[in-house]
Amino acid sequence: MSTNAGITQPRGLTRGLLSVNAWLVYLFFYAPIVLLIIFSFSDNRNVGVWGGFTLDWYREFGDSQPTKAALWNSIQIAVASTLISVVLGTMGALALERFKFRGKQVFDALLYLPIIIPDVTMAVMMLLFFSQIAGWLGLSKGFATITLSHIAFSISFVSVVVRARLAGSDDRLEEAALDLYATRWQAFRFVTLPLIMPGILGGALLAFTLSLDDVVITQFVAGPGWTTLPVFVFGLIRKGVTPLINSVSVVMLLASTALVAVSLIAQRARGGDVV
Amino acid sequence: MKTTRKSTWVGILAAFAVLAAACGGSDSAESAAGSCAVGQVDGDLALYNWAEYIDPDHLQAFADEFGINATMDTYDSNEAMQPIIAAGSSGYDVIVPSDYMMGIMIEGGFVQPLNFDAIPNSKNISPDFANPSYDPEQTHSVPYQWGFTGLAVNTAVVGTDFPRSWDLVFGDEASAYAGQITLLNDPRETLGAALKSLGYSLNSTDEGELAEAQAVVAAAKDNLLAFNTDSADELLTSGESVIAHAYSGDAFTQFLETDNPDDYVFFVPEEGGTRWVDNMAIPFDAPHPCTAHTFINWLLDADEGATLSNWNYYGTPNSGAIDALDDELRDFLTSPDVLVGGLDSVESISDTGEFETNFSDAFTNAKG
Repeated sequence: MSTNAGITQPRGLTRGLLSVNAWLVYLFFYAPIVLLIIFSFSDNRNVGVWGGFTLDWYREFGDSQPTKAALWNSIQIAVASTLISVVLGTMGALALERFKFRGKQVFDALLYLPIIIPDVTMAVMMLLFFSQIAGWLGLSKGFATITLSHIAFSISFVSVVVRARLAGSDDRLEEAALDLYATRWQAFRFVTLPLIMPGILGGALLAFTLSLDDVVITQFVAGPGWTTLPVFVFGLIRKGVTPLINSVSVVMLLASTALVAVSLIAQRARGGDVV
Repeated sequence: MKTTRKSTWVGILAAFAVLAAACGGSDSAESAAGSCAVGQVDGDLALYNWAEYIDPDHLQAFADEFGINATMDTYDSNEAMQPIIAAGSSGYDVIVPSDYMMGIMIEGGFVQPLNFDAIPNSKNISPDFANPSYDPEQTHSVPYQWGFTGLAVNTAVVGTDFPRSWDLVFGDEASAYAGQITLLNDPRETLGAALKSLGYSLNSTDEGELAEAQAVVAAAKDNLLAFNTDSADELLTSGESVIAHAYSGDAFTQFLETDNPDDYVFFVPEEGGTRWVDNMAIPFDAPHPCTAHTFINWLLDADEGATLSNWNYYGTPNSGAIDALDDELRDFLTSPDVLVGGLDSVESISDTGEFETNFSDAFTNAKG
């Protein structure tokens, strides 16, 4: 799949320059992360001043009740919003890719809106929306409002990823299944769903990461007791950046790396019988 | 081809309804704050505060004493907090706005008048903090913590024989420390310092005075290491700068982190500087106003006030708490070497309305 038989490999100087460029890009991406990890072990309150090796900042993270509470809030919200937005986003993608219906173009355009509008605009919209409807829906600000907001922007990302996968898969496989007396549900469950599973997983991963990362929208729609980890970290920065923030970031980094690895393994395992 | 449009929408609506139902009804039983008794609680406390401004265990002690739950959520700027309260249904019972924002929120009607019958400990508020300009009748707010803005100096490099004046950063003396001075990256603070050095009010709305201040900052730029707010104290204690325009609480805690705290001094120059005050107030639609009053009253208690300051190391407006402060903190807060020009020389930053744009424009131009 990845063999470029028709394209000649660059040679000589071009090849050298290209690989230097590639390494520079990687350096640019990963040097800050490496520094962040190194200084999370620094025994000095000032980020950027090495003060000898210590695990104190990880210990402080473990001992800090507000930090752990914020992390737990973030995880609950990310899991809930990912599950719901994956289902809704996949349904949206199937409808838009497979069916023709009135208003499809409008629906299509509207689906992209959360991707292109600035965070702060969406945050203010959400804030006003929830403040207005909170009263008569009996919705108090907190878990529900944050999760709904995250679902609102995640659906778009999930459906874009799933649609890309759907567009690349062959309709005729599903038709063949139907010809062979599969019911619509069976055709979906045993043919279409496995086909688009890598897309769904990719979308889920994206939704999870976006939810875990979001500061602006969350800050506006959060309620009592529902400060998430990134919002909490942002608040801490006002008091000066200490390596505690590094240690929190490293833990989050490890968690997302583990997630990416799991999804890659899952996709590879399925890859054999799908592609 | 059949479309599944209708069922999709039904599904979405159903999911929404389930979520809404799962979250339960709001428990905002409106109780008139006017009828709250001393020590009465009408539900859990939701505190909306700056990060690391109260010990979580201290907050829990309040919850335990009154048999309720207490949560704290944090914000990183007044501007982030204000729209959330103003939109309504925020769910918070007590908020902690800074002085100028307190004025804006009182004017906008986003906080409710306090019932001082339920806050007998308000007698502990030091006269220095009573009836501030942003709440002249002291009807909507009580002070929480306070601090100064001034200069922090590394005496190991600069020595102790320097003028306790803004000349140290704006005058001829500054050139001796070229490249080792930081000023706050904040229009009101830094232009305010320049205005003070010229003998004007830091809340001046006179365009001529502001232009003079802009010129002072622009001229000082050649001697600067940086305009820096977030790590000004770290730059000082790591040796990259020797004079820093800084906030008292942050500078003081940073000094104590070093191996030789005595090498550093903080002072408000004789011409004066900023005194900021953060305040406790109750949002207009707070779900539990009586709990909010009880919390405010509890924190104004002499012992609780001292516990608060001994943890966050900011100044206490609680005259009863002074004696119970850690010695080093009390010395710092009350030393005449810190507030060189006396209490009359400092001002709070107040909201100048439309003129705020002039400040930010002048600062941008000065930074060039």
